Amino acid sequence: MLRLWRADLHIHTCLSPCAEDEMTPRAIVEQARKKGLDLIAICDHNATENAEAVAAAGRRVGLAVSLGIEITTREEVHILGLFDRPADLENVQEHVYAYLKGENRPDVFGRQVVVNEEGKTLHENERLLIGACDLALDEVVGLIGSHGGCAIASHIDREAFGLIGQLGFVPEMDLDGLEVSPRMTVQEAREKFARGIEIPVIRFSDAHRLNEIGQATTVFEIAAGNVTEVRLALRGAQGRRIVEA
Amino acid sequence: MKLNEVIERLGLAVRTHAEQGESEVTGGYVGDLLSDVIANSQAGSVWVTIQVHPNIVAVAVLKDLAAIVLANGRQPQDETMKKAEEEGVTLATSSLPGFEVAGRLYGMLKAEG
Repeated sequence: MLRLWRADLHIHTCLSPCAEDEMTPRAIVEQARKKGLDLIAICDHNATENAEAVAAAGRRVGLAVSLGIEITTREEVHILGLFDRPADLENVQEHVYAYLKGENRPDVFGRQVVVNEEGKTLHENERLLIGACDLALDEVVGLIGSHGGCAIASHIDREAFGLIGQLGFVPEMDLDGLEVSPRMTVQEAREKFARGIEIPVIRFSDAHRLNEIGQATTVFEIAAGNVTEVRLALRGAQGRRIVEA
Repeated sequence: MKLNEVIERLGLAVRTHAEQGESEVTGGYVGDLLSDVIANSQAGSVWVTIQVHPNIVAVAVLKDLAAIVLANGRQPQDETMKKAEEEGVTLATSSLPGFEVAGRLYGMLKAEG
């Protein structure tokens, strides 16, 4: 049955070097519930190791959690990839790691903590997650699409690491959505960046700390809290739609 | 060449850690893709960029760069200033475009041999 789902599909965990250590699975799902969210997605920079732990914490409290990744392309554009099937996420991760060079310096860029559902530190990811994969934008979008994922350009209103800031325009490609940060409304973003472009514009928080979760959300009318349904809503297919962004 | 001389001759406005002017500048690098600067810049270089994001400070620390010059009148974000203060990175700005900053710096370093 179709109903409204308030979604924030761009949340980082303590695995992202630039995110706070407080971004542990239980703390994230508790804060999301407090903010009245129905569906969230975990998208760490070039990495996925904490996504399943948050999904498990979400199941305990009845919060839908989708699996994702925020990939940095060769052009230093951030692209969100969202997936329903863990195997697809795993394959994408493997591909990304094959093209991501360098080692993290925790003292310089921040710690990259892999945790379990309880927030216990398992180990630290030693790759340079802040870096860029040696994959072009269209290759990354293609990679996500070929694994059944949803590809969304992150924070297009931000000068650094956004599609417009890095390229100056929205190229023609199979993007499912353009994300705007909490700083701007969808209407403003459309006027400024995406005139005449058919791709839906949505808003998520890009939370790096707990109090940022839910600062920007998109409400979908969908039948279940998963990526397949969100993709249908982004396309306006089978009665699914974006209600508010 | 001392950083102080570079700052003076390029007419840079120093925003953080002016006291490091006695450090030696051994080269320069121009780039706005952080991953490129991480991969290809050399220690002791002055980095000319239009990126103002706080991560530029981390890159300068990682690569032991002599200073960051924001070209074309770009102003650092507050968070970038704060990080540069904390990390001991010299951050300067120029109203000149990157091409001119780099061209002048190249000429100065070449002339010195």
